[in-house]
Amino acid sequence: MVHQVLFIIFALICVAGAVNLLLQRHPINSALSLVVVMGALALIYLLLGAEFVAAVQIIVYAGAIMVLFVFVIMLLNAGAEERSRGSHVALWVGGPGVAGLAGMIIYLMFRKDTHFNPVTVGNMVSPAQDNTHGIANLLFTRFLLPFEITSVLILIAIMGAVVLARRER
Amino acid sequence: MVPLSWYLTLSAILFCLGVSAFLLKRNIITIFMAIELMLNAVNLSFVAFANHWHNLDGQVFVFFVMVVAAAEAAVGLAIIIAVFRTRETLNVDQVNLLKL
Repeated sequence: MVHQVLFIIFALICVAGAVNLLLQRHPINSALSLVVVMGALALIYLLLGAEFVAAVQIIVYAGAIMVLFVFVIMLLNAGAEERSRGSHVALWVGGPGVAGLAGMIIYLMFRKDTHFNPVTVGNMVSPAQDNTHGIANLLFTRFLLPFEITSVLILIAIMGAVVLARRER
Repeated sequence: MVPLSWYLTLSAILFCLGVSAFLLKRNIITIFMAIELMLNAVNLSFVAFANHWHNLDGQVFVFFVMVVAAAEAAVGLAIIIAVFRTRETLNVDQVNLLKL
């Protein structure tokens, strides 16, 4: 019962932040509402018993990536976005289209032949092994090759960012 | 206890809000933030399924998604800076060199 109430509170915060991202005209307001969404998602991860992912969500997403976004917004001095003189067809078809997409996914979740058991907190692998320990074991045994490849990917991304953002002369 | 379908519903709603922000926003930085929102929605369903099947593979995948998102944010924002240097605008309607 407590979990359901907490989930509903954090889910409402999440959806409110996402809707605010959609409605705000100024990019800095959108960025800050995205931080709210990410913080609420971290709390939902805690409800799911994923402590490591919740911590990484706060540190990497809400910390590093969003700070990068805010830096770029300030660096480019981005103002409020202009209304586009785009087609109204996009609005009138796109809105119901997105609503239909959401309805279809939710319908698939609630269909009778999909039996999902309730999610309980702390039902991970074994009680002796905590969440971070389990992830580390997996990461450095079964997923060692992808883990090493991501380090190469990060290196390439750093070099690409430096090359792209450098001033041409 | 919270049913798995609630988590997946929240994930679907967040993903669709990300799609609509991606389609409706005109500022290139906000469009980029919409992509991050969609990645977060997918991460939520990964963690929910990891919890449901008592298997940590989903959380390891979330870790990889976060790494790729960080790399993507660095390169994407560098591209945005380069676009702003050459075109002097952040409005995607005015970045239409390849449009017929």
